[in-house]
Amino acid sequence: MELRASVPSGPVEQKWDNHRFEMKLVSPANKRKYTILVVGSGLAGASAAASLAELGYNVTCFCYQDSPRRAHSIAAQGGINAAKNYRNDGDSVFRLFYDTIKGGDYRAREANVYRLAQLSVNIIDQCVAQGVPFAREYGGLLDNRSFGGAQVSRTFYARGQTGQQLLLGAYSALSRQVGLGRVAMYPRHEMLDLVVIDGKTRGVVVRDMVTGQIESHAGDAVVLGTGGYSNVFYLSTNAKGCNATAIWRAYKRGAAMANPSFTQIHPTCIPVSGDHQSKLTLMSESLRNDGRIWVPQQKGDTRPPDRIPEAERDYYLERRYPAFGNLVPRDVASRAAKAVCDEGFGVGPGGLGVYLDLTDAIKRLGEQVIRERYGNLFEMYERITGENPYERPMRIYPAVHYTMGGLWVDYNLMSTIDGLYVIGEANFSDHGANRLGASALMQGLADGYFILPATIGDYLARTKQEKLDPSHSAFRRVEAEVTERTKRLLAIRGKRTVDSFHREFGRLMWEYCGMSRNVQGLQVALEKIPALRAEFWENVNVLGANEELNQSLEKAGRVADFFEFAELMCHDALERAESCGCHFREEYQTPDGEALRDDADFAHVAAWEFAGVDNPPILHKESLAFQYVSLTQRSYK
Amino acid sequence: MDVTLHVWRQKSAADRGRFVRYEARNISPDMSFLEMFDVVNEGLIARGEDPIAFDHDCREGICGTCGMVINGVAHGPRRGTTVCQLHLRSFRDGDTITVEPWRARPFPVIKDLVVDRGAFDRIIQAGGFISVPTGSAPDANAIPIPKPDADLAMDAASCIGCGACVAACPNGAAMLFTAAKVSHLGLLPQGQPERRQRVRQMVVAMDREGFGSCTNYAECEAVCPKAISIRFIARMNRDYLKASLME
Amino acid sequence: MSRLFLFYRSSIGKKVVMAVTGLVLFGFVVVHMAGNLKVYQGAEKINAYGEFLRAMGSPVFSHGQVLWIARIVLLASVALHIMAAVQLILMNRRARPVGYTHQDPIQATYASRTMIWSGPVIALFVIYHLLHFTAGTVHPSFRAGDIYHNVIAGFRVWYVSAFYIVAMVGLGFHLYHGVWSLFQTLGINDVRVDRFFRRLAAVATVAVVAGNISIPVTVLLGLIS
Ligand SMILES: Cc1cc2nc3c(=O)[nH]c(=O)nc-3n(C[C@H](O)[C@H](O)[C@H](O)COP(=O)(O)OP(=O)(O)OC[C@H]3O[C@@H](n4cnc5c(N)ncnc54)[C@H](O)[C@@H]3O)c2cc1C
Ligand code: HEM
Ligand code: HEM
Ligand code: SF4
Ligand code: F3S
Ligand code: FES
Repeated sequence: MELRASVPSGPVEQKWDNHRFEMKLVSPANKRKYTILVVGSGLAGASAAASLAELGYNVTCFCYQDSPRRAHSIAAQGGINAAKNYRNDGDSVFRLFYDTIKGGDYRAREANVYRLAQLSVNIIDQCVAQGVPFAREYGGLLDNRSFGGAQVSRTFYARGQTGQQLLLGAYSALSRQVGLGRVAMYPRHEMLDLVVIDGKTRGVVVRDMVTGQIESHAGDAVVLGTGGYSNVFYLSTNAKGCNATAIWRAYKRGAAMANPSFTQIHPTCIPVSGDHQSKLTLMSESLRNDGRIWVPQQKGDTRPPDRIPEAERDYYLERRYPAFGNLVPRDVASRAAKAVCDEGFGVGPGGLGVYLDLTDAIKRLGEQVIRERYGNLFEMYERITGENPYERPMRIYPAVHYTMGGLWVDYNLMSTIDGLYVIGEANFSDHGANRLGASALMQGLADGYFILPATIGDYLARTKQEKLDPSHSAFRRVEAEVTERTKRLLAIRGKRTVDSFHREFGRLMWEYCGMSRNVQGLQVALEKIPALRAEFWENVNVLGANEELNQSLEKAGRVADFFEFAELMCHDALERAESCGCHFREEYQTPDGEALRDDADFAHVAAWEFAGVDNPPILHKESLAFQYVSLTQRSYK
Repeated sequence: MDVTLHVWRQKSAADRGRFVRYEARNISPDMSFLEMFDVVNEGLIARGEDPIAFDHDCREGICGTCGMVINGVAHGPRRGTTVCQLHLRSFRDGDTITVEPWRARPFPVIKDLVVDRGAFDRIIQAGGFISVPTGSAPDANAIPIPKPDADLAMDAASCIGCGACVAACPNGAAMLFTAAKVSHLGLLPQGQPERRQRVRQMVVAMDREGFGSCTNYAECEAVCPKAISIRFIARMNRDYLKASLME
Repeated sequence: MSRLFLFYRSSIGKKVVMAVTGLVLFGFVVVHMAGNLKVYQGAEKINAYGEFLRAMGSPVFSHGQVLWIARIVLLASVALHIMAAVQLILMNRRARPVGYTHQDPIQATYASRTMIWSGPVIALFVIYHLLHFTAGTVHPSFRAGDIYHNVIAGFRVWYVSAFYIVAMVGLGFHLYHGVWSLFQTLGINDVRVDRFFRRLAAVATVAVVAGNISIPVTVLLGLIS
C-alpha cells in the first residue's frame, strides 16, 4: 500500500485554487450518467449528497436513522468556526489555520488545514442563505463568540443548537433534491459492507432495517460520511447508534485507517450515576469560564459540598496550573479530573466526579446574570441529575466525545481504495491529535459542500469504468458474506446480552486506552479484548430473526466491529511512543506531568493496513512537514 | 423503586398488537425512562423473550428520534422534555405506567413502539427549503436581519421533528410541525422569494399524507419538547390564506 | 374559481370557511341578542323593531327584501359552516383511527373538545326556534307580527324555556372556543393580541348567553308579561 497524499504544489494559500483549475471536469450532460452512493446524512453526508445532486449526479444516500435529519451532527451545541473576521479582532484565514495546526499538536496535514480555513468563510455564507438562524446582534448582523480557548471571536452559533440548525440547513437542501428526484434517500438502511472490484470501489451492501432485506447498490464512487466511533468506549457523548461499522468494513476491504487511537475527551460532562447509564451528556465548556473546579481534600468525604469549608477543599486546577487555572485545555482538565478521582477524592456516586462550582460567580454577578448565561445548561443538568445547580455545585466528569482518527484520505478526500471517499468525522483529516472546539462542524461542511463535489468529478472524469448492476457476481459474494455473518450472530443464542459485552469492553477501553495510556495497560487490553471477543462470538444472545426490525441484531453487528476496531486502536496507541494532543502516554511526560511530544520520530500519520484476520495490521507512515508553522511545545503552567 | 408497565407490543405493521404487562423492579430514580426500558429488555432477553423495540438515538433530547405516549401524554409527564430526558424520579414507587406508540394514520406502527414518520420528510421535500445551490450565496452579512425576527425564526426552527404534536393532537394534525418549518423560513429575508409557493406546497403535502385539521386544541403545544407556540400555526394560516387567495 | 376550489380542498381552506361563516353567525347572534333585549322595552318597541327589520333598505329595496338577503347570507353561512365541519370531522377521524387507552387533555379546554357536540345542539335549537317563533308551527298561540306576545307566551311553557336555556349554554361553549379560535384560524392572532382575543371570546360569550337566557328566566319569574 502506498500513501499518496496528492497535495498540490505551490504556496499553501494557492494550492486549492490551482488544484481546482487543474482538475478535470465532467460535462453537465455526462454527470447524469454517474451514480454516487453517499453513506451518512450528517453534516458531511447531507451536504455532499445535496451538492452532488445539484451538480447533476445521480445520488443515493443512506442513513440508519428514520430520517436523515437525525444524524448525530444534530447534537452539536457550541458553534462553528469561520475566519470571517467580522469582529475585526485580528482573525484571518492564516490565524485559523495556525490555531488548528497548533491545537492539533502538529499532527495534521498543513495543506488540508489551510484549505479548511479558507472554506470556512464560504460555509457561513452558504448556511445563512439556506436559512440557518444564527444568533444576531441588534444591528441585524451575525453575532460571534470565542470558544475553546481561541483568542479571537470566530464562533458562529444558533442558541445551544448550532449542530441542529446547520444540519437542518443541509437536510433541507438534501430534501429538495429528494423531492426533485435526484437523490434516492434510504433511511433505516445500514451499510454492512463495501464492494471493491479490481481495486475500485463499486458499491455497498446495506440492510433494510425494517424488513431485514440485504440489498446491493452499485455506483461509480462511494462516499462515507458515517461519523465518529466514540461508542467504542460504550459510554460517550455520541448517539447510541454511532458506530464504526462502515469505516471498519472499508478498512477490511483495503482502506487504510489513520491514527485510530486519537480520541478526544471532553472535561465537562454529567457524570455517570450508576450501572444503568447508557450515555453521557455534554455540558458546554463555557461553564468553566465562571466556575471553579474542586474536590474535598479528604478522601471519601461524604459531606454535602456546602458543609465542606473552604480550607478543606482542593481547587486542584488552580493549584497545579496557576496561570490558566480552571481554563486549561480540554485534555489537561480531563486528565487532572481522572487523576484526582483515581486517587479517591472524587465525589458523587462511585466517586467519579468533581465539583464545578459557580457559587462564587453567583455571589459576584448575581443569580440573574448566571441564569441568563447558563440557564439552559443548568436546566439540563437538573433534568438529568435532579439536583439544583443554583444551590449545589454541579458534578462533572470527562467523557469521550470526538474521534480525530478515521480512514486515511488524501488531499482529495479519497481513501487508499480508488473511488472511496471519506468525509466528516469518519476521516482522519484535519484535526491532528486534538480537535479545537467548533471545528468539527466546519470540517464536515467544508468536505461536503465544497471539497468533495469538486474532487470526485476529477476522479470520475479520469476513470474509465463500465456500468455495473448489483447482479454482478462480486455483489453476490459480498451479500452472501453479510448474510452469513448475520446468520451466525443469530445462531449463537448464548447467555449474555450484546449490551453486557459492550459495557464490559467499553470499560476496558476506557481504562487502558482512554485518556491516559501506558505500555502495560495497552498490553493488557490487547490480551483481554480478543478473549472477550471470542466469548462474544460464542456466548452472545441475539434473539429474533433477520427478517424484521431487530434492534439487538443491529447492535450486535456494531459491537462485533467495535471489538475488532478496539484492538487496532490499542495497537496504534502502543505504537505511538510519545504524548501528543489527546494521546497521553504516561511514559512520555515532563517532570511536572506535561505531555512530551517527539517530533523527530512521530511527526507522522500512522496509517494501518488490514493484513488478514489473524495477522497484525501493517503500519504505514505519512510523514508531516511543517513549512508555515513552527513546532512548539505547549505549556499551561 | 418498582413500577408496573403496560407496554404496547406489536410484532409488525400487519400484527394486531396488544398490551403486555411487565414489572420493572429495583430501578433507580436516576434512570432515564429509556434506561429503564434497557433494563427491562435485558431481563426479557435473559428469559428468551423478544425485547421491546423503541426508537432512540441521541438520548439527549435533540435528535427527535425517541417518542412514546406515557399514560396518555406524548413524551410523558414532564413539560418541554423528550422521553429520553425523562427520569424515573418523575414517577412514584409502585406506579402503573401505560406506554403506547404515537397514534396517527400517517405514522403507521412498524414494531412495538416504533412508528414510521416518513410523512414529515415528505412534507419538507415538498417545499421546506430555500433553493440555494452550493456556492451561490452572497456574504453572510450582506442582508442584516433584525434580531427579533432572527430570534423568532430560531424559536420556530428549534422543532426537532419528533412527531409528539401529531401524537397528542386529537385530530392527528401535523400543523405545529409544518407551521414551525413554514415560519422559520418565512420569517427570514432569504425565505421570501419562495414564501408563498412553500406554504402552499407544504400544506398540500401535509393534507396528502392524511394528517387531520386543526381545531386549535393546543395539545400539541403542551407536549412539544421544544415548547413551540401554536401562534406559529396562526402565522402559517395567514401565509396560506395570502398565498392562496392573493397573488 | 379553480383557485378557490383548491383552497377549499385543503384543510386550512375549510377551516377558514368555518371561521368566516362562524364570524358571520357570531355577528348575527350578537345583534339578535341585542334586538331580543328590546322585549324589556315593551311590546311596541320590539314589534316595531321586527317591522323595522322587514322595512330595512327601503325605498331601494322593497319590503322584506333586505331581510331576505340577510337570511340568504345566514343560511349560506350555516350551510357552509356545517358542510366544512362535517368534512373536517371526517378527515380528523381518519387521521386518528386508533386512540390511546386514556388521554387526559392538558391544555385543550372543555369548550374546544365539545365543538362537535355544541354545534349540533345549536343546529337543533335553530330548527326548533324557527318553527317556534318564525313559522309558529310549534307555538301554542302564534300571532304573526306580534313578537312580544309570541315571546312571552312561548316562554311561559317551562320546558320550552328550559330547552332554550340549555341550548344557550351549548351556544356559550361553542362561542367561547369558536370566537378565539376563528382569529387563530384566520391568522390574525399573535403574541400581542392573543390575550385580547381570549377576553373578547369570554366577554362576548357571557354577554350573548346571559342576555338571551335572561328573557325566558324573567318571563318564567313573571317579571314581564
Ligand atoms: C455532544 C456533541 C457536541 C458537539 N459539539 C460540537 C460543536 O459545538 N462544534 C463542533 O464543531 N463540533 C461539535 N461536535 C462534533 C461534531 O458534531 C461531529 O463531529 C460532526 O457533526 C460529525 O458529522 P458527520 O457528518 O461526520 O457525522 P454524523 O453527523 O455522526 O453522521 C453520521 C451519518 O452516518 C450514518 N451512518 C453511520 N453509520 C452508518 C452505517 N453503517 N450505515 C448507514 N449509515 C450510517 C448515520 O445515519 C448518520 O447519518 C460535537 C459532538 C458531540 C457528540
Ligand atoms: C350560531 C351558530 C354558530 C356559530 C356562531 C358558530 C361559530 C363558530 C366559530 C366561530 C367556530 C370557530 C371556527 C374556527 O376555529 O376558525 C366554529 C367552529 C365549529 N363549529 Fe360552529 N358555529 C355555529 C353553528 C354551528 C353548527 C350549527 C354546527 C353544527 C354542525 C357547528 C359546528 C362547528 C364545529 C364542529 C366547529 C369546530 C370545527 C373545527 O375547528 O374543526 N357550528 N363555530
Ligand atoms: C332567548 C333567546 C332568543 C329569543 C328570545 C329569540 C327570539 C326570536 C324571535 C322572536 C324571532 C322572530 C323574529 C321575527 O319573526 O321577526 C327570532 C328569529 C330568529 N332567531 Fe331568535 N331568539 C333567541 C335566540 C336565538 C339564537 C341563539 C339564535 C341562533 C343561534 C337565533 C336565531 C334566530 C333566527 C335564525 C331567526 C330567524 C330570523 C329570520 O330570518 O326571520 N335566535 N328569534
Ligand atoms: S413541533 Fe414540537 S412536538 Fe412537533 S415535531 Fe416539532 S418538536 Fe416535536
Ligand atoms: S393539538 Fe391539534 S387541533 Fe391544532 S392546535 Fe394542536 S394541531
Ligand atoms: S433520543 Fe434523541 S431526542 Fe430522545
